[in-house]
Amino acid sequence: MEKVLTRNIGEHPVPTDLKAYEANSGYQGLRKALSTMSPAECLQSISDSGLRGRGGAGFPTGMKWSFVPMGDKCSPGHKYLIANADEMEPGTYKDRLLMEYDPHQLIEGMILSAYTIGADMAYVFIRGEYHVAIARLRDAIAECNNNGLLGDDILGSGFTLQLHVHPSGGRYICGEETALINALEGKRANPRAKPPFPQVSGLWGRPTIVNNVETLCNIPHIIDRGADWFKSLGLGDDAGTKMFGASGRVNNPGCWELPMGTPIRDIVEIHAGGMQPGLQLRGFLPGGGSTDFLTADHLDLAMDYDVIGKAGSRMGTGLLVVLDDHTCPVAMVLNLIQFFAHESCGFCTPCREGLPWTRQVLEDIEQGRGRWEDLETLAYQVSYIGAMGNTHCALAPGAMEPLQSALKYFREDFDKHISDGCCPYGGANKMAAHSHLTSSGLSSPSADAEGVQ
Amino acid sequence: MPLINVDGRDIEVKAGSNLLEACLNAGLDVPYFCWHPAMGSIGSCRQCAVVQYQGEDDKRGKIVMGCMTPVADGARFSLDAESGAQFRQAIVESLMLNHPHDCPVCAEGGECHLQDMTVMVGHRDRRYRGKKNTHRNQYLGPLIHHEMNRCITCYRCVRYYRDYAGGTDLSAQASHDHTYFGRHQEGVLQSEFSGNLVEVCPTGVFTDKTLLKHYTRKWDLQSAPSICTACAVGCNTAPGERYGKLKRVHNRYHHDVNGYFLCDRGRFGLGYVNGERRLNYAGQRQADQSFAAIAQRSAVDLAGQWISEADSSASLAGIGSPRASMEANFLLRELVGADNFYPGFSVAEEPVIRRIAQIVQAQTLLNPSIKQMEAADAILILGEDVTHTAPRVALALRQAVRNKALDLADAARLFHWQDAAVRNLAQDQRSPLIIVSASDTRLDDVANTVYSLAPSAIAQFGQSVAAAIAGNQEPINDDAAAVAAILKAAKNPLIISGSSMLNVAIVDAALAVAQALDGETSGEQQGDQFCSSMLSYTLPEANSLGLALLAHSGAGPSNNNLQTLLQRTGSIDTLMVLENDLHRRLSRSDCTQLLGAVERVLVIDLLEHDTMEQASLILPAASVVESEGSLINSEGRAQRHYPVFEPLHDRQASWRWLLVLATAAGHGQLSSLHHFDDVTAACAASDKLLAGLVEAAPDHNFRQQGQKVPRQTHRNSGRTAVVADHSVHEPQQPIDSESPLAYTMEGLSRDEPAALKPFYWSPGWNSNQSLQKFQAEIDGPLHGGSAGRRLFEQVDGAVLASVTDPAAGVAAVDNHWQLVPVYRLHGSEELSVGSEEIAELAGEAFVAVSAEMAAELAVVDGDGLQLQAQNLDLSLAVKVLPRLAQGCVGYSAGFTQTLALQPGSQVTLTKDGSWQRTHPQLIASDRGVAHE
Repeated sequence: MEKVLTRNIGEHPVPTDLKAYEANSGYQGLRKALSTMSPAECLQSISDSGLRGRGGAGFPTGMKWSFVPMGDKCSPGHKYLIANADEMEPGTYKDRLLMEYDPHQLIEGMILSAYTIGADMAYVFIRGEYHVAIARLRDAIAECNNNGLLGDDILGSGFTLQLHVHPSGGRYICGEETALINALEGKRANPRAKPPFPQVSGLWGRPTIVNNVETLCNIPHIIDRGADWFKSLGLGDDAGTKMFGASGRVNNPGCWELPMGTPIRDIVEIHAGGMQPGLQLRGFLPGGGSTDFLTADHLDLAMDYDVIGKAGSRMGTGLLVVLDDHTCPVAMVLNLIQFFAHESCGFCTPCREGLPWTRQVLEDIEQGRGRWEDLETLAYQVSYIGAMGNTHCALAPGAMEPLQSALKYFREDFDKHISDGCCPYGGANKMAAHSHLTSSGLSSPSADAEGVQ
Repeated sequence: MPLINVDGRDIEVKAGSNLLEACLNAGLDVPYFCWHPAMGSIGSCRQCAVVQYQGEDDKRGKIVMGCMTPVADGARFSLDAESGAQFRQAIVESLMLNHPHDCPVCAEGGECHLQDMTVMVGHRDRRYRGKKNTHRNQYLGPLIHHEMNRCITCYRCVRYYRDYAGGTDLSAQASHDHTYFGRHQEGVLQSEFSGNLVEVCPTGVFTDKTLLKHYTRKWDLQSAPSICTACAVGCNTAPGERYGKLKRVHNRYHHDVNGYFLCDRGRFGLGYVNGERRLNYAGQRQADQSFAAIAQRSAVDLAGQWISEADSSASLAGIGSPRASMEANFLLRELVGADNFYPGFSVAEEPVIRRIAQIVQAQTLLNPSIKQMEAADAILILGEDVTHTAPRVALALRQAVRNKALDLADAARLFHWQDAAVRNLAQDQRSPLIIVSASDTRLDDVANTVYSLAPSAIAQFGQSVAAAIAGNQEPINDDAAAVAAILKAAKNPLIISGSSMLNVAIVDAALAVAQALDGETSGEQQGDQFCSSMLSYTLPEANSLGLALLAHSGAGPSNNNLQTLLQRTGSIDTLMVLENDLHRRLSRSDCTQLLGAVERVLVIDLLEHDTMEQASLILPAASVVESEGSLINSEGRAQRHYPVFEPLHDRQASWRWLLVLATAAGHGQLSSLHHFDDVTAACAASDKLLAGLVEAAPDHNFRQQGQKVPRQTHRNSGRTAVVADHSVHEPQQPIDSESPLAYTMEGLSRDEPAALKPFYWSPGWNSNQSLQKFQAEIDGPLHGGSAGRRLFEQVDGAVLASVTDPAAGVAAVDNHWQLVPVYRLHGSEELSVGSEEIAELAGEAFVAVSAEMAAELAVVDGDGLQLQAQNLDLSLAVKVLPRLAQGCVGYSAGFTQTLALQPGSQVTLTKDGSWQRTHPQLIASDRGVAHE
């Protein structure tokens, strides 16, 4: 398979500087676009490529950009491009890898994207704990500023872009694009009501595009090598390659660039090396902590947005979180709900109050104080908190996804907790098994992720 | 009008409104928390959820938030659908997870929107078994009590305090279910409008601390429609009484005047009504110079005798009061004769108020209501710190500068009620506000330009702007030209000036600007808001304009100020002083001379003051909340206030004292008047300008369904217990023969005219949110229109000659500084400082210097400065005002310690080496917390 996003990231990677990046056809896409392509042609190329947002929602990037008012339709003033590098989804550590080892790829992607939408200011809104990535991005930006790749009149094209790195104060909700914009403005990181969408009224009330880091990293390659080439990379309906990964008690947790449509079984059994000795796969979250569980029955599905969607989950960030048969699913869901309840911004009632309520019910069940009517309460909470539109943003519905699917696939575990009056897996002792999802700033599998295949 | 369908019923809705407003307009009960008619929607509480259907075939529907959903013709919704009802119940259940069950000891209980909504959605049994979150409460100053545990996180407080009122020291902190609303540290809330938090908060987080001192539930309060007398804006209030004590003041909605909000002086400044300085009985001076209480009857006989004994009409004189009602001033004028009636303005304020009254009467320009001011798209303020002199106007101006944001929203096809979206779109883009003043003002933060000029230079600047607008001559400077260009570009420019600099030239400059503009602007009718060039003057007291009309129009000498009275003291043997402390209007020596030269001084007033030291007879007056009266606000709107409760002891309304005196003195004309309405009618008939006075409110014959309007709620369960410690027999309620209101709980309180609405209550809506049930449409006027009667409307084509001769600018020479008054919401007004909380907030009197001067004089905030001039040697605490105009020194106007200071006069300044710094901030709280 051809490596695209990680072509500069080997098994024992070193950070790529400008010289190394350019040596491997870096900034070739940018030179091509600035000298031969209009912004409209760039947009067409991205639309044609079928690139979909890699942050989790999978929204077509070209369509997102097409809502930005261009030319006369835009009132005079700044337009903004923001790279969403606030990677805080439980079990997700792909953007960190891309930023730490190939910062120029992101920068080139951002310059091209800004050129396409006519933005003259760009920010990398980055998770504060990613201090290595912050330092490397800042070094790379300085290199670009010194070499005419950023700043005024980039490569003599007349195009101007200022790029800044903004480390986040650190809330999960800052990954929501409008909350991110509020945070960047120095306000509380509450999501904004939509409409208006950021493409029309975003940062400082001006047209703004917020894209995930991985999404932006794809742009230079699409511009350089064309939409058809990009489409040909995918194995199924979706185009391009994607960062996939697996955490949990597998033999080789990590993060790998694979073609879109790679079967889940390949990821778990080949790349992650299968389950650790003595353990069976019970289920998995296909793309981070806010996606529905799938089970061993789904291992042969292809990692494509629509395929996973049809199976009742979402591809999300594409990094699997694997549940084994020696780990308590109730404890795992409780762990996730604890995280989401804590990360609620506190703006709307169902999320702010509903998630702690759900946490209380799950805590009681896990600790042996559950009552049978609690299962009704959980089902009620899933419909009350989980329906999109009931809440102000997607955080709470996302938080409900593991719970609702756990109730579907692991119902007997819930029942057993209540009937036994204790956790059949040994309770609180085992809860630590999934603490890697949420406990620390740096998720432990990502430390292993440096060994990229 | 678009038609929507709610539960099978077709409802006509206002295009561009949201579904919640539409349903409330249709009289449907939809629960909500975070939405507020004045602040729009943000969609945070999720309480107003309804089910929307895609078409007739859609049986399932989808839950949408009413406040965030624009109405569209043909849209189908349901309030009754099970899924929506269940969701609304779940929201209240969620809110109740952490809300304490402390209703019995909560000040909000009985008028709590959360209680109402809980009952409305039918939530009863809680399923949550966890512990409730608890928070630490903060000390927020003497006015507001903080009880964070009750918070339901609707964000209304911060949206009101920060976004609407421009405050900075209250914020949302922390996140998830620990979100906290408070200050960064304990301390006095700095906003002049903090009291509205009490009414904005849907539950008991922010409650009225002054009420808590003598708490009473809403349903036990007796209320009547009242008018605030703390400034000339004339906000409508609903004071509540029990046990003969004024308990609290709530806002009484007036679409065109105060809307939903009051300032803190208006809300908390009536404490003097219960205060120690109130006069209870008539007092007669004895031979040993002490006062002896005498019976009401004896006092009347004595005073009546004095009046009838006055050998010629010239030997009797009266001094009226700008804080007394039209009726009282009118009766005094009639009693002493117009030639002997002095309005009681000070020498400095008399010409200014006279000129403003003259301009207002000429009706050449629109003298806007507050609602109309909110439509201004460019504002020029000449010489006023509106927040301290006409506070409610300042709050309106904060909304007016948002018109730019609303224009941007229109262009972006956003609805105005999409509050967060509109604010995010506009960020800090504002309609232009230009402030030309002698020192810092509280609106500087939303002004796009401020100019610091001495009073005479303010007038010159205004004239330059006027000249530049008219294109008559080269403007004096570029600044004036720039201001002129901004105002000319506006559709609805607003010029605000007033009396506070006590400078006629500034008043005229404002007129010149407005008149020059009126030739330029088209004037547009936009909905119910008529717009053209607007000119508004702030005035010092509640009835300044009314008194000026009485004193200066028609009969009477034009030059009847206190100084002229001083010159004829020899011929006067009886002087009647109505609700006026002359020491606030005359220098101490003049005052002593005036009162000493008169044989008999009769004072009618409510609080003890220095004028009474030289009085022969004192009659105790009822306060504004114990009496009926008409007041004319600075907009020229005549409004009526009614007694909330019967005056205690021997107190009587001033108008009644005067009417009784007239009868006792055998005054021919006045003895034919018997009732309050008779006096109002006579006053209205005395001048065609005042003809509208009778229409300010219905007369005492008004009945609905044969009954008077009750002052008590029909849940006034405690009324039989009020006197139970004296007698178990329920006494007969007092009879009110003067007004259409009754001291009873019997009768309908539903459809009475706005001027007679004592409080808001509707079944299921016990809180002030019930107001919407009485609005003709959401955020619109009340059923039956707005209360009061505007006496002046704009007359097309009328032009008033403007006087254009501002005095030359004054610069400080040899350490001679020009005194300019600096007003303070708390402290500058005479009566409200009688409230202990207002007195605490007022702090000490000060002398204000610019930062440069402070450096020159080597003083900092809190040091002492000695002010010296002829007959003057006074030391005051220093307050540094960064942009005080060059050559000027400010002083805290209206404070007792600074009454001797004459605006415009020159003083020399030296540092007072022996000054002892005081730290009122540390004394203010017994918690040992330092406030800012």
